[in-house]
Amino acid sequence: MVGAGPAGIAAACVAAENRRTVAVVDNSPWLGGQIWRGIQTKTRGGTARHWLDRLQNSDVQIFSSATIFASPSANQLLAETPDGVLEFNWKKLVLATGARELFLPFPGWTLPGVMGPGGLHAMAKSGWPVAEKKVVIAGSGPLLLAVADGLKKEGARVSLVAEQANWSEVMRFGLSLLRHPRKLIQGVGIKSRIIGVPYHFGCWPVRANGSSQVESVTLTDGSRSWTVDCDYLACGFHLVPNLELPRLLGCAVSNGYVSVNEFQLTSVPDVFCAGEPTGIGGVDCALIEGQVAGWVAVEAPDYARKLFGLRADWHRFRASLHQAFALRPELRRLATPNTYVCRCEDVRLEDLSNCKSWRDTKLNTRCGMGSCQGRICGAAAEFLFGWKNDSVRPPLFPVRASSLAGKTDALPEITAEPNISSPT
Amino acid sequence: MGHIVVMDDSEAQFALTRYSRRLWHELRPDLPASAEYDQCGTLWVAADEQEMAEVRRKEKYYNQRGVRAEVLDARAVAAAEPYLRRNLAGGLRVVDDGVIYPPCAARYLIESAIAWKAQLRTGADVRALLREGGVVMADGSRFSAGIVVNAAGPWSPALIPGLPVRKRKGHLVITDRYPGQIHHQIIELGYLKSAHSVGTDSVAFNVQCRKTGQILIGSSRQYNEEGTEINHEILERMLQRAFEYMPGLAKLTVTRCWTGHRAATPDKLPLIGPVPDNEKIWLATGHEGLGITTSLATGKLLTDLLLERPTEISAEPYAPARLLQTNESAPEPCLTA
Repeated sequence: MVGAGPAGIAAACVAAENRRTVAVVDNSPWLGGQIWRGIQTKTRGGTARHWLDRLQNSDVQIFSSATIFASPSANQLLAETPDGVLEFNWKKLVLATGARELFLPFPGWTLPGVMGPGGLHAMAKSGWPVAEKKVVIAGSGPLLLAVADGLKKEGARVSLVAEQANWSEVMRFGLSLLRHPRKLIQGVGIKSRIIGVPYHFGCWPVRANGSSQVESVTLTDGSRSWTVDCDYLACGFHLVPNLELPRLLGCAVSNGYVSVNEFQLTSVPDVFCAGEPTGIGGVDCALIEGQVAGWVAVEAPDYARKLFGLRADWHRFRASLHQAFALRPELRRLATPNTYVCRCEDVRLEDLSNCKSWRDTKLNTRCGMGSCQGRICGAAAEFLFGWKNDSVRPPLFPVRASSLAGKTDALPEITAEPNISSPT
Repeated sequence: MGHIVVMDDSEAQFALTRYSRRLWHELRPDLPASAEYDQCGTLWVAADEQEMAEVRRKEKYYNQRGVRAEVLDARAVAAAEPYLRRNLAGGLRVVDDGVIYPPCAARYLIESAIAWKAQLRTGADVRALLREGGVVMADGSRFSAGIVVNAAGPWSPALIPGLPVRKRKGHLVITDRYPGQIHHQIIELGYLKSAHSVGTDSVAFNVQCRKTGQILIGSSRQYNEEGTEINHEILERMLQRAFEYMPGLAKLTVTRCWTGHRAATPDKLPLIGPVPDNEKIWLATGHEGLGITTSLATGKLLTDLLLERPTEISAEPYAPARLLQTNESAPEPCLTA
């Protein structure tokens, strides 16, 4: 299983409980993926605890801080770890690579203090002080509310949640929650704690203001604009799936998500995909898809079939989520000519004016050629211009040159060699 | 990055690369900053005394022909590039070589051509050349012309079946930014063996540095590898070779790998000029690893030949007729349907 979030954990538990040899590989040092980050030590009870306990009581071998970066031959994956390179030879592979936040460029979005809601929440959970800090949360998606809730718990003063989607759309989504009792309870549970935080619909940031640090954010509802002071602007426009590994392995992708059949099988034999890469559906959807993949991987498809009904419910939920939080076209016009689009390579919107495709852009401007490997600007460019980025090559993440060089026993022993210093 | 380099595998190669490098020097003041022209020089490193003998021969050859080159001893090589391993024999610095970022240089050149009323059509896939002059597009439409130049590099045989140009795949590994660490384009002298071997897969230590500080690690050469995917086996060999010369590279962070195809001819010289028996079809292809260096000279030679002006250097060694028969079995331009 690649990915130790809900989908990967669910698949791993099912497979291990059926006496298969199971490895879970994740690039972060913790278990639970982005969504359950930090839950291990603090939470008792609940879904996350249940699955994490179940995982730890199983015979699953867990490889944390292990970054899959290449697949040199069929059924083989290489992972870089702090201690060297691991080679995995698999018979069945479950891709549960999750999703990342979508960032869109607007004036000031690169100022210190402007970050992704998930990112700020994760930092707060790891001890970054947010107590008494003024926070504006903006962008789109249910994550904004969850982050507002989390930051309030850490003592932040969340002055506003600005959701770009219209009230009517979210209400439709809200109504569809009624068909999903657990989601509704979860939703109410969050709401009861963030009473006092204004939740504005149909409004979005047009500019982050400040000289060396964000000091305020200017928001608009399309007809009027206003400015709100803040120490942090947490801004993300929902999620985009991590498709790099599925694409490297040749899995078919359609409409931005990995194509899977009813058994969560991709177009590549013995390769499954579960969770956000098949569609942004949230934790519960990921858990069910992971279990389906797990049961099929252990050749017990009848158990998988028992979950099809529940999964269909969550897929309806996923579809309404998608509709309710669809991004408005105004967001394509936030960046001004001198707004950075690619912060790794300092490429501004005006630099892209003559470019016709993502490849053209990379060649001519270096946009997407930096250390994030186009994960941030590539997703933004896809939304802004409709440019597809479907060429994927190893390394999937930045790795040490030695990790790409295979066996290096033959290297001569050289002592007193000057070290090449860290990147600046 | 493209390497602007004078090379001396043959007199003809030397003449073309020296001529073209001079043209790059002349063009330099007009190039946009995005072309990142950097006259960093080439440092050929010699691993042993045998290679040092070759260094001395090259120094003499270059200097006799007006190309500045200087021999460096082991100490001077270490001073010039401190991250090279210590037990090298020495090297040759070719002072006026440089590196350039080809996409932006190419963009400048095409924009200059457009300013002279050239028409540019992009996304226009040519499917066939017409004997009577002109091309057939992928959509079936035709575009007539007095003369067509096939400059499609490794893809040029697709338009002229039988053209003796083969795809020769190369890999590059590109690191994060480490500014100020590497000063020259650095190449092992053994590169010449690799570049000039006609047969098997080969690797050679070859690094260059962009102005951003990113280090590009090469090089590899492979025939019969049509795809653009990474070949891990040769990538590993290539990196291990690089680490032998510059062990510190092993610890650097790699952000990307790249592959591409060179257009290789059997005699290691490009094809510049008309095909035999059809003065309407011209070639500018087969430059192998020297395409960026020799692009400007190729353009000048073509222009002079087309206008029937004297050429600055003899165009004879690059004439397609040397590799293409003039009899009935000559490669046929594609359909005329």
